[in-house]
Amino acid sequence: MCLAVPGRIEEFASDSGASPLEREGVIDFGGVRRRVSLAFVPEAVPGDYVLVHAGVAIQRLSPDSAAQTWQLLEAEVEGDSAPHEDSTKSGTVDDA
Amino acid sequence: MADAGRVAAAVALGECPIPAASDCVQLVHGAGGEASRRLIDSLFARELGDPLLVTDRDAATFEMPSGPGQIALTTDSFVVHPLEFPGGDIGCLAVYGTVNDLAVSGARPLYLSIGFILEEGLSLATLARVVGSVGWAARACGVHVVTGDTKVVERGKGDGVYINTAGVGWLEPGRACGPSQVQPGDVLLVSGDVGRHGLAILALREGLGFETRIESDCGSVVRAVEALWERGIRPRCMRDPTRGGVVTAVVEIARSAGVEIELESLGVPVRADVRAACDVLGLDPLEMACEGRVVLWVAEAHADAALACLRELDPSAARVGRVRARAEGRGRATLRTEIGTTRWLDLPSGIATPRIC
Amino acid sequence: MRDRFHDPERVRQLAARIGRRMTRGWRIMEVCGGQTHAIVRYGIDELIPAELELIHGPGCPVCVTPIELIDRACELACTPGVRVCSFGDMLRVPGSSGDLHSARARGGRVQIVYSPLDALAVARAQPDTQIVFFAVGFETTAPATALSVARARAEGLRNFSLLVAHVRVPPALEALLDAPEAQVDGFLAAGHVCSVMGLDEYAPLCERYHVPIVATGFTPVDLLEGLLACVDQLEVGRAEVVNQYARAVASSGNRSALELIRQVFQVEDRCWRGLGSIRSSGLALRAEFAEFDAEHRFALGVPQPLPASRCWSARVLRGEVKPTACPEFGRACQPLHPLGAPMVSDEGACAAYYRYRAPGAVEASAVDG
Repeated sequence: MCLAVPGRIEEFASDSGASPLEREGVIDFGGVRRRVSLAFVPEAVPGDYVLVHAGVAIQRLSPDSAAQTWQLLEAEVEGDSAPHEDSTKSGTVDDA
Repeated sequence: MADAGRVAAAVALGECPIPAASDCVQLVHGAGGEASRRLIDSLFARELGDPLLVTDRDAATFEMPSGPGQIALTTDSFVVHPLEFPGGDIGCLAVYGTVNDLAVSGARPLYLSIGFILEEGLSLATLARVVGSVGWAARACGVHVVTGDTKVVERGKGDGVYINTAGVGWLEPGRACGPSQVQPGDVLLVSGDVGRHGLAILALREGLGFETRIESDCGSVVRAVEALWERGIRPRCMRDPTRGGVVTAVVEIARSAGVEIELESLGVPVRADVRAACDVLGLDPLEMACEGRVVLWVAEAHADAALACLRELDPSAARVGRVRARAEGRGRATLRTEIGTTRWLDLPSGIATPRIC
Repeated sequence: MRDRFHDPERVRQLAARIGRRMTRGWRIMEVCGGQTHAIVRYGIDELIPAELELIHGPGCPVCVTPIELIDRACELACTPGVRVCSFGDMLRVPGSSGDLHSARARGGRVQIVYSPLDALAVARAQPDTQIVFFAVGFETTAPATALSVARARAEGLRNFSLLVAHVRVPPALEALLDAPEAQVDGFLAAGHVCSVMGLDEYAPLCERYHVPIVATGFTPVDLLEGLLACVDQLEVGRAEVVNQYARAVASSGNRSALELIRQVFQVEDRCWRGLGSIRSSGLALRAEFAEFDAEHRFALGVPQPLPASRCWSARVLRGEVKPTACPEFGRACQPLHPLGAPMVSDEGACAAYYRYRAPGAVEASAVDG
C-alpha cells in the first residue's frame, strides 16, 4: 500500500540544514511526534497538515479540503440525482 | 525508586570484594563464592525486602491455606528489551506476568520464585533498580518472593537481564474457570484500555524515532479479579491478552471453547494516542500486547455488575463482545467493524513490526 | 474511529447507490495492497452487490520484489562489515532460501527502519560499517529513497548505498491489460502513489484500453466512492481518469518529489514476483549515482537461475482464474513458502483464499502435498 498518514507540522526542526533537501520539521500524529523531512513540501509551514510516508512528507493537505469533500458528498448522496463527478472535484490539493 | 536503586548500588559496591572501580556485574558474581554472597545479601535481599525470602538454604518452605483446594503453579520467562521502559521495567513485568497468569486461572497468587540470568557488564545500579522493582511489585500484588537464583553469563551472551519466575497460587473449589465453561450468550469484558505495552516497547525498541508519552499498562489484575470474586461474580473464563493482544486471546478461547465469539470493534477501549501511533506504524491496536489487562467471559446476568465493578478500578473497562453460539466445526471469532460489517479474526501472522505496505 | 470516512450510514448509502447504478456485473481491480487491506479489514466486499467483483491487485511493492533481489539482500546482510536496513514488512518476504529474518538468525546484520533517512542516520553513526538500504516500494516511497541518496552524496558519505527494488505501477497495469485474457473492467488506482505521481500517466491507459481509472483513498468511504465513480463510468461506457482522493492527490502530483526522482532514478525493465519481467516497470539509480548502488559497490554473486515457476499468479491477477484453480495452491505454494506475490501478502488474493475461503479444500490439499 504505501501506508501514508496525515500529521500536523508543529515546528521546523531547529537544526535543519540550509539546503532544501535538509528541511525537516516535527510532526504531530495525534499525540505521537516524529521528525519528518519537509523537502518535498516547500510551501508547508507549522500548522499545516501533511501526508507522511516513510519519514517524508509527500503532499500538503488542506484540512478545509477534506471537509469540503465531505459536505459535497453528503449533499449528493441525499439527492441521488446530482452528478457524481462533483464529489470528486471539490477540495483539491493545490496543483501549484 | 531510581534514587533508592542508586543508594543500594553504592552500598553493594562498598561491601563488594571486587575493586571499587567496578560498578557492573562480573562473572565472579555468579561463581557462588564471596562475591555472590555479597550480591545476594546486599542487593537482592535488601531490594526484595521479603521476610519469607530464603537466602541461606537450598529450598523455600511455605504454608498453603487449609481446607479444600488445589495448588496452582505457573512459570514464565522474561526477555524484554529495553530493560526499562515508560511505565515499568523487566522486574515488575516478571512479577505481574506470573501473578496475572495465576489470577486469570482463578487462583489466588501467593508465592514466587525468581531466577536472574545476568550479563557480565550490566550496571549494578540498573540491577538494583530492576530488583527493587520486583520487590515493589510483589508487595503491591500481595505475594511473597520466597526463593531465587542468580547466574552470570559472559558479555555478549545475554541481553542485560533475563528473568524466570515461577508462581504458586491456591485455587479454591468453585473458582476454577476456563474455556470449557464458556457458554453462548456470555458477555466479553476487558478491564481497561488495550495495546499500550506492545506499543511502548516497540516505539523504543526499534529505534523508530517516535516521541510519545505512551506508557506500558503493565500491572497486576489481581485486585480487579478478586473484586469480582468478592462480590460473588463468577467469571466463566479469563485470559490476560499479552502477546498477540486481544485478538489472540479471543481467537484462542473461541477455538478451545468451540464457540463463535463476536468482538465489537467500537467497544474495545483504545487510547487516541495509541490508535494514532498504530496508524502511523501500520499496526492493529487489538493485536498489541497488554501486560495489565484481563479479558473476561461472564454470564449475561452478571455482565452489568461485573463491568461496574471493573470500572471502579479503571474507568476505561468496557464490554467488548459476546459469545454468539456454539460452533459447528472449529470455534472461531469474528469482528464487528466500525462500519457495521463482520469479518473473521485470525491469529496475527507474525511479529508486529512497523510496515510501509 | 467513527469519523466521516468510517460512518456506517454513509457507507450503507454508498453501497446501495452502487447497487442501483449497476445493470450488469463488473470486475474492478484495486491496485494497491493498502486498499485490499482496508477491503478485507472492513468487510467491504460483503456490502457491495455480488455482481461487482473486486480483483485484488499485485498486493504490495514488498510482495512483488523478485526472489533474486531478496537473495542478494540476504547475501549482503551476511557479508562481513555490512548491515542491511529495510522496512519491517520486507523482512518476512521469503527468497529462495529464507527471508531477512532468517538471514539475521544465521548471523547477518539486519535492521528495521521506518525511513530511508533513518538508514542514513545509521550510516553517519557507524562510519566503519557499510550500510545498505534495501529500497523497496512503489512511487510513493521513491522520493524518500531519492532524498536519502541525494543527501548521502551531498554529505560525502562513503558507507551508504542502496539495493534498489523500486517498481512503477502504470507499466504493471498496462501489462495486465495487454494480456488477451485480461478480465479487468476498471481500476482503483493507488491513492498515495498518485499523491506523488499525479494522474498524467493514467489517461493514455484509459484511452488505449478503454478502462476507467479512479485514484482512490483508503477509508471505507473513499473505497466505496472510488467504486461508485468507476461503476458510474462503466455503466455509460466512459473510460476516464477520475480523482476521488482529491484531498491528497493533485493531478500534477508533487513536483519537487518528481524532480528529485528524475534526477536520481532512471526507468528500466523489472521482474515482478510471479508476473515475470515487465517493461519499464522498475527504477534504477542513474549512472551519476552508481557509486551508491550496492550492486556496484559489492561483488555480489551472479543470481542463481531459479527453476521455472509453475505459479499462476499472473492469471489470478488478470482475473482469469481463482486462486484455488492453480495446481500449486495449498501444495508447493502456501503462506509460509509462497511462490507468487498474491500468497506472500496477508491480503494477497491467494493468501486470503488460503486463510478464509476454503479451509476444507486447503487442509485436504496440504495432506496431499
